[in-house]
Amino acid sequence: MTTPATTQVGGPLDQGPPAEPRIGSRNRTGDKIFSGTATAAGITILVTLAGIAAFLLYEGFPALVAAPEDVPGGEGFWPYVQPLLFGTVLAAVIALIIAAPLSIGIALFISHYAPRKIAAPLGYLVDLLAAVPSVVYGLWGIFFLAPQLVPVFQWLENTLGFLPFFEGPTSATGRTMLTAGIVLAVMILPIMSGVNREVFLQTPRLQEEAALALGATRSEMIRMTVLPFARSGMVSGAMLGLGRALGETLAVALVLSPAAVISFNLIGSTNSSTIAANIALNFPESSGLAVNTLIATGLVLFTLTFVVNFIARAVVARRKDFSGANA
Amino acid sequence: MTTTTTPTDLTAAEASLSQGRLPRWSTPATVAAVVVLGALAILVLDAPVPLVVGLGVLALLVALPALAWVVEGRRRANDRMWTVLVTIAFALALLPLLSLMITVTQNGLARFDWEFLTTDMRGVLGEGGGALHAIVGTLIITGLATVISVPVGIMTAVYLVEYGRGRLARAITLLVDVMTGIPSIVAGLFAFALFSIFFGPSVRFGIGGAVALSVLMIPVVVRSVEEMLKLVPNELREASYALGVSQWRTIVRVVLPTAAAGIATGVTLAIARVIGETAPLLIITGSTNILNTDPVDGRMSSLPIFTYYSYTIPGVPPEFGVERAWAAALTLFLIVMLLNLVARVLSRIFGSPTSR
Amino acid sequence: MAKRIDVKDLDIYYGSFRAVEGVTMSIEPRSITALIGPSGCGKSTFLRSLNRMHEVIPGARVSGSVILDGQDLYGAGVDPVSVRRHVGMVFQRPNPFPTMSIYENVVAGMRLNGRGTRKAAMDEVVEGALQGANLWNEVKDRLDRPGSSLSGGQQQRLCIARAIAVKPDVLLMDEPCSALDPISTLAIEDLMDQLKKDYTIVIVTHNMQQAARVSDRTGFFNIAGTGQPGKLIEMDETSTMFSTPSNQATEDYISGRFG
Repeated sequence: MTTPATTQVGGPLDQGPPAEPRIGSRNRTGDKIFSGTATAAGITILVTLAGIAAFLLYEGFPALVAAPEDVPGGEGFWPYVQPLLFGTVLAAVIALIIAAPLSIGIALFISHYAPRKIAAPLGYLVDLLAAVPSVVYGLWGIFFLAPQLVPVFQWLENTLGFLPFFEGPTSATGRTMLTAGIVLAVMILPIMSGVNREVFLQTPRLQEEAALALGATRSEMIRMTVLPFARSGMVSGAMLGLGRALGETLAVALVLSPAAVISFNLIGSTNSSTIAANIALNFPESSGLAVNTLIATGLVLFTLTFVVNFIARAVVARRKDFSGANA
Repeated sequence: MTTTTTPTDLTAAEASLSQGRLPRWSTPATVAAVVVLGALAILVLDAPVPLVVGLGVLALLVALPALAWVVEGRRRANDRMWTVLVTIAFALALLPLLSLMITVTQNGLARFDWEFLTTDMRGVLGEGGGALHAIVGTLIITGLATVISVPVGIMTAVYLVEYGRGRLARAITLLVDVMTGIPSIVAGLFAFALFSIFFGPSVRFGIGGAVALSVLMIPVVVRSVEEMLKLVPNELREASYALGVSQWRTIVRVVLPTAAAGIATGVTLAIARVIGETAPLLIITGSTNILNTDPVDGRMSSLPIFTYYSYTIPGVPPEFGVERAWAAALTLFLIVMLLNLVARVLSRIFGSPTSR
Repeated sequence: MAKRIDVKDLDIYYGSFRAVEGVTMSIEPRSITALIGPSGCGKSTFLRSLNRMHEVIPGARVSGSVILDGQDLYGAGVDPVSVRRHVGMVFQRPNPFPTMSIYENVVAGMRLNGRGTRKAAMDEVVEGALQGANLWNEVKDRLDRPGSSLSGGQQQRLCIARAIAVKPDVLLMDEPCSALDPISTLAIEDLMDQLKKDYTIVIVTHNMQQAARVSDRTGFFNIAGTGQPGKLIEMDETSTMFSTPSNQATEDYISGRFG
């Protein structure tokens, strides 16, 4: 925080702080130092983000311009990253498809269905699980979930095998893309339902009462007031979840048995890896250009999450007019 | 308003206040029936558990609203279906979460002993050994990350809430959002890319891990502190201004103390959030078998990394390594629980303004 | 449409706390009944018990009866949802649904019943309700704008339009003007005068001039002290209440000696 404590763009000047007394100009100095420090802290965020992009680009650049045969896999950077990108998006999308409706249900249960007395402890329980380390989820995925899922996968192959997702043959270990997606879904559930719960609870009481007074049932009241009011909050919750699923590393690295393929088969034993898992698995043993390549894939992941966040932001902003923030 | 027939005129059923209603025991009875059938299917027919759970859920989804439709009408049926859906969603989510807690506790207790907490892995190949070096490493790295993140986070939040207007504030708000979404491994790569420029490609040390964790922690702190500061009523600020107190003193003396409990809670939760991060530490702090308390010199182990390597490279014979992995996972889990408990106690003691 | 309400020995509890005790009153159809009294005297709680809205607070229950043209609102098998369908409510602060347009706000109640989905019929109801609420001329060109784009007084009239669009028997108003400026207040008061031709209106107000101006009958609630239940002290023709009340407490309150 070394930025000089002088005037900053958009600093205190625009706000029209309450008029300072003429006497006691030392307060003025105090204000300047304090607001300067605060502004500097804000700018740290800008600098950090710019730094992340810059350093990743700097260290990843050699891989982008290297001769194809020098890059791991021997075909150049883009053929190397493509299956990883595919796997990343696939796993995250599976997770989001599973987690989005569930998280809304969980949040509604806590905010509007559970008796008041147990709602708070239940919310606390879900909060608590948001902090479970990913490596723990990974171990749980391998030891508990994967074996449990094998018969389900078998059943899926037998009944829905005509779909490319379930064509099999079923993995004997259960360590498949679908398992990874489910583990990811479980991991992002707490954070998504936490966000949803918060926004559901913020629905103005008056709105809810207006709906009830019109003769709405509980579910109708929720659809008329809670869900529309929470729409942008739910989008940002899903955004957080998707971002976490895209970048989640260890759980996927532990659960998946990866191969460099692009496959929609969710229950087979050959799966695409994800960018993050691939970095975690290979980075500690890499050197030279391999390190640059992994950093470059990290840059791709960073760009991807950046874009996702940005789109979600745009969605949130688009409906501001009807957002009810002024209610 | 002397209107003629419009589409809203009531049907005979609606004109009466009391329509058919299901008795209170109908829902528990239906649930019990489905559970019994499911248990029979598992015990007698040996059907796979997840499949039975899925079909049972479907049965409830159909049966409860259908009953309501017959007796109470369409809108009530719809309402019941929502109730069932929401409750099932909650139950479904709790299943994996509870099983996770049970699995970790069961497997972790085998080696969660005094030796595990007080020794490192120097010279250990098979049985024995502990995670002292990893526990100390985790505390050092997370502690440093907290020291970096909390001042930056709080001041950024102060800037956004108390000072920030215009383009810069909007940009920072947006970027805090973006930063929240940064994958943890990217944070690790960033720290590595940053420090390898100065210290070469084999750089591995604790402070790097702290920097990486700070990248993840700062936005969490900013967000929670921002929320807390926004909850401080404007009347308080105005009351202070009206007494002739300058803005910065108002913030330091009135705003921050009012939000203190919430801030403490938020910071504790942010620590809990990053203490289990594995990926960035895999990149920048590396792993070691011995106790290292110097964050600027050499590899430093940490609980998540220790868990990971104990499982992936368990040694010979492998079961001892796997046991240590579970014990480390349990330790980590307990630390996270403890932090959450502390956060809860903090907000209890000081009475968080968010309590509802 | 308008129906009479007979309340008999009504006690209202929140958990073990008795908020209102022993209210017996008759509310005439096609008239305005005002409920006045100091803060915390239970008049709002009582009003909300007339369409079971007080039940949104967990632990709320009543004993006694509220008879709406022969049907007990608290009888066995009565669904609070259908009670509210018959007894509409307007709140202290205007609360149009912010995510809905003006048009959608008015038809919100109708949509719940899954009927009136034909566009022409809905248009007719929207125009009728907005005209009934004296709002049509101000908003007819911008029905697709969000309800929150209106001024406070307009929003409150939109809420009244929303309530009367489902053609309730009774309209409850909980201090409907307390968040409005004098001009908007006057507009709402004029509107109430028109609405009483078709509805039974019960209004809670802190403003005694308002009670005197708009109501036909007035009930005075009071409490003996903090933690005591609120009681109906006196109820009579408004003119009588404000000129020659029979109870000393009523006279003290009306003449501004407390409250």
